[in-house]
Amino acid sequence: MSVDVTQAFTRRRIVRDELIGLFGVVERNLYLTKRYLLWDLAFLLWTVANTLTIVFIARGVGIAPAARNELETKLLVGGVIWAFLGIIFEIVTETVAWERWEGTIEYTFMAPVSRPVHLIGMGVYAVIYGLVRAALVFFAVVVFIGIHLPHANYGAAIALLGIASISFIGVGMMTAVLPLISPEKGTQLGFVAQGLMLVVSGVYYPVNVLPEWMQWVAKISPATYALRGNREQILNGAGLAWADVWPLLVIGAFSIPIGLSVFKVGERYAKKRGKLKRSG
Amino acid sequence: MSVSAVEVRDLEKVFSRRKGLWHRRKRAALNKVSFTIERGECVAILGQNGSGKSTLVRLLSTLLLADGGTAEVFGYDVFKEARTVRRLVNRVSVEASFFKRMSAAENLSYAARFYGMGPSETRREIPRILQRVGFPPSRRGEAMENLSRGMQQKVALARALLTSPVLLLLDEPTTGLDPRSKQEVQTFIREIRERHDSTILLCTHDMKEAEELADRVGLLDRGELLFLEPVAAVLERYEVETLEEAFFAATGRTFEDEKTEDDEEREVFA
Repeated sequence: MSVDVTQAFTRRRIVRDELIGLFGVVERNLYLTKRYLLWDLAFLLWTVANTLTIVFIARGVGIAPAARNELETKLLVGGVIWAFLGIIFEIVTETVAWERWEGTIEYTFMAPVSRPVHLIGMGVYAVIYGLVRAALVFFAVVVFIGIHLPHANYGAAIALLGIASISFIGVGMMTAVLPLISPEKGTQLGFVAQGLMLVVSGVYYPVNVLPEWMQWVAKISPATYALRGNREQILNGAGLAWADVWPLLVIGAFSIPIGLSVFKVGERYAKKRGKLKRSG
Repeated sequence: MSVSAVEVRDLEKVFSRRKGLWHRRKRAALNKVSFTIERGECVAILGQNGSGKSTLVRLLSTLLLADGGTAEVFGYDVFKEARTVRRLVNRVSVEASFFKRMSAAENLSYAARFYGMGPSETRREIPRILQRVGFPPSRRGEAMENLSRGMQQKVALARALLTSPVLLLLDEPTTGLDPRSKQEVQTFIREIRERHDSTILLCTHDMKEAEELADRVGLLDRGELLFLEPVAAVLERYEVETLEEAFFAATGRTFEDEKTEDDEEREVFA
């Protein structure tokens, strides 16, 4: 006979507890953002400066003002998506690395909230924070450079980024396992994955300039559709194009379960090897 | 028939580290450890650093998978029913382990959410539990990194109690604390025993603490549990007057003896 925990295991109670757990992850990240606000502002400034260095390239190529405005916008969209994706990967990938650094990893991983809820909570916060940050970077650069965006469809652009985020979170979950397996190098490998995804997705150039094999890889990268769609939406005021949405939904439908499975295998490995602790 | 709070049978854990390109060195952190803890009991496990105490706590906390044997908490298999076990267990370890920039209230709130406590419940419970552990209300909003070790450990106890665990794992909760903080934490552990329906497994290398707080005392040495009995029975068995002498009689070493290379390696591996 086991101790009576029946009340804790009714379906309704489990769903309620999991939702509270998800809220808890988002709330904790809000607390951390508030506590590290100055650091966040410095990082934001760095991202704006970095994006400016890329967008200014358009000024140096000596083309007509209209073409220059178009090139600036294309580069800006690339820079902003790089920053957005960077935040999602950083927050989701550092699910483990961050907790290890703070020394809280054991408490978090022995809590009764399910791992999918924990990881999705990190993803939800990453998307909210990433969107706010991407908007700030975007408008800071637009104002600074003086880019004209008379047709921009911001609503559609945000919606597309939201849809793409499902896939980004899924890929982020796969890379989140890396610090579990290799405490020393795991986080850096996550950044490698981010860079590789963007290089095949046409971050500052059209995908068709890439070698053929890279163009094939681009087809399964969610960033390809996010970049293509966002450029059309910001430059030409396009709406949500089904041609961009369906691949993102398909990739998202695969990447989240794969990401969770990969993390589950990694967590089991870490528990077997004793790596689920602050010092790795 | 009532179920035991903890039932451990032939529990084994081996850690390995890479040595060179092809080889791995293996060290047994726990070697066929068996014991039972009844509901409401407080059991202390003594042992030097690297003896396997923390490994035992981490196994019961579902943070490790065993290499052999079984472990049950209130009848639930620790390795196969981990999520159920997690609802029943909480722990306090030697390092308080908090988000350093977050306040005590924020850290407790985060922990509580993972155990299904909503905002209205935590608004009521957190001040109450912090008051119980003697944490000053004026410092609730202060970052953890600004608090003393003793103060942090009080918050760690509050965190563990907030979730009303039926099994409390205390892994050297007073190590490194100044005498006053140590006394306060020990008093609070006694209070938990008196007021709550909690079973306590206390791992420590403080023999006096073990003797004062626990119903039974066990000795874990190099991964093997040499005994687990009431203090009087231990002293009688080895015909000695103190637990230090019992340790010497059981192991052939004093508690403060220098560790061998093997012991140090075991400590690092675990």
